[in-house]
Amino acid sequence: MAMSQIKEVTPLPVAESIESAVSVRNISKNYGAVEALRDLSLEFPKGQLTSLLGPSGCGKTTLLKIIAGLLEPTSGEVFVNGQPVASPGPDRAFVFQDFALLPWASVLKNVTFGLEMRGVGTSEREAIAEKYIKDVGLAGFEHSYPHELSGGMRQRVGLARALAVDADVLLMDEPFSAVDEQTRRKFQEDLLGLVQNENKTFIFVTHSIEEAVYVSDQIAILLPRPSRVSEVIRPSNFRDKGVDNIRRDPEYLDIVDNIWASLRSYVE
Amino acid sequence: MIVLGYRLPGMSSLIIWGLLWEIVGQSGLTFFIPPLSEVVTTLFSMIGTTAFQTALAQTAYAFLVGVGAAILIGIPVGILMGKSRLLDELLLPWVNVFLSAPLTALVPVLMVLFGFGMKSIIITTALFAVWIIILNSRAGVKQINRSLVEMAQSFGASPFDAFFKIYFWAALPEILGGVRIGVIRAVKGVIIGQLLISIVGFGALFELYSANFLMGHFWAVLIVLFALAFTISEFLAYLERKVSYYAAKR
Repeated sequence: MAMSQIKEVTPLPVAESIESAVSVRNISKNYGAVEALRDLSLEFPKGQLTSLLGPSGCGKTTLLKIIAGLLEPTSGEVFVNGQPVASPGPDRAFVFQDFALLPWASVLKNVTFGLEMRGVGTSEREAIAEKYIKDVGLAGFEHSYPHELSGGMRQRVGLARALAVDADVLLMDEPFSAVDEQTRRKFQEDLLGLVQNENKTFIFVTHSIEEAVYVSDQIAILLPRPSRVSEVIRPSNFRDKGVDNIRRDPEYLDIVDNIWASLRSYVE
Repeated sequence: MIVLGYRLPGMSSLIIWGLLWEIVGQSGLTFFIPPLSEVVTTLFSMIGTTAFQTALAQTAYAFLVGVGAAILIGIPVGILMGKSRLLDELLLPWVNVFLSAPLTALVPVLMVLFGFGMKSIIITTALFAVWIIILNSRAGVKQINRSLVEMAQSFGASPFDAFFKIYFWAALPEILGGVRIGVIRAVKGVIIGQLLISIVGFGALFELYSANFLMGHFWAVLIVLFALAFTISEFLAYLERKVSYYAAKR
């Protein structure tokens, strides 16, 4: 089996080839008596896309929100570019599952929101926003309102807003789960392009095994009650074969099968 | 409504009620109801008089100041209550008590505290309007989409930014609903205040006309007041519809 799989490596050895953009060290999170995350450690290599994959209730969104600084861990630390962080910062941008667009504001206003919060002047932030609106394929919709757009287009707005602030780390919480299957496939292809061109670190939460294997440089499998990283998988050789060939690559298919085999028993 | 294939304009049923009034008035059944035509003539002759214009100006002043105060106090207090658990626990019981309380009973107390004049009327008006504005603003903030708040937080919004750029707009449909009901209540407040204090504005006019059995004048003033209250409420309903396009999409 041509698969470079690293079993039970948490965290990855420091000697790993690429330095980490985000490190999560010994994170625990309790909600009252419920342990959501226990002593979880994980490294997110710079410039790559890491998926957090697991059955529902495994705490993957909780982990993402802790990295974002939106939730406080009960114990443990998060490092971004080597610095410990405890609150949201300009080094991270978030893409929401339900888009979280301002329904009263135009696409342009929505995309400039992050820049506005950072005190960028009106004309400058609109110029930046227009560029990213174009990049995500929404040119001409600058003055539309979210309710006039399809689900897929709304998430493109959410993506443009996150890209516009030019953060090092993009945190994506099941970003494609609320869009239809065909749009999702297009998004996944576009995401591969983004990872290649944007030189950002992506942390991607998903419950879809195929999606995770398709888009990820590294997949962290989380198992629930309480959550910990059970496995870190790094697909090696189908990434460069072109977006059209990934889904029929033997390695891709093997990884999908293996992940399903290890998750099956946790799905009710 | 469609009659015999013709689409009648809105409120054309009022013609029937107007006719009925005229008939009852012409029949001389009771001095209490003069014919509508007489009331309308009185209305037009009355509008020009200084007494009426002074009353209208005083009422408008008390109303605007009272409603303005209720809005300026009600919206921020409501939003803060929606955001802060502590403030909510402290204030909510009082807001609910005052919302349902017969505020008319408080007017004599206000008169003692603030004198027999404009000040008491303004405070009465504000008291009638403010509670529902607070409650609706609070409800608007409570239903705000959690991820919008997280979005603002994740992009580094200050509490000030969050208040004016997220909470206010997200709660705006509910806030406007509250303001509309508040304004309707304020119309009652301003009239009740004037009636009880009865030396300024329409209260004084009512007192004068009913004491002298000038029923034509009495009804004319009443029609003016009803029309004003209805117009204001419809205008606010129109504003509300303008923002409701996004209220449904949150």
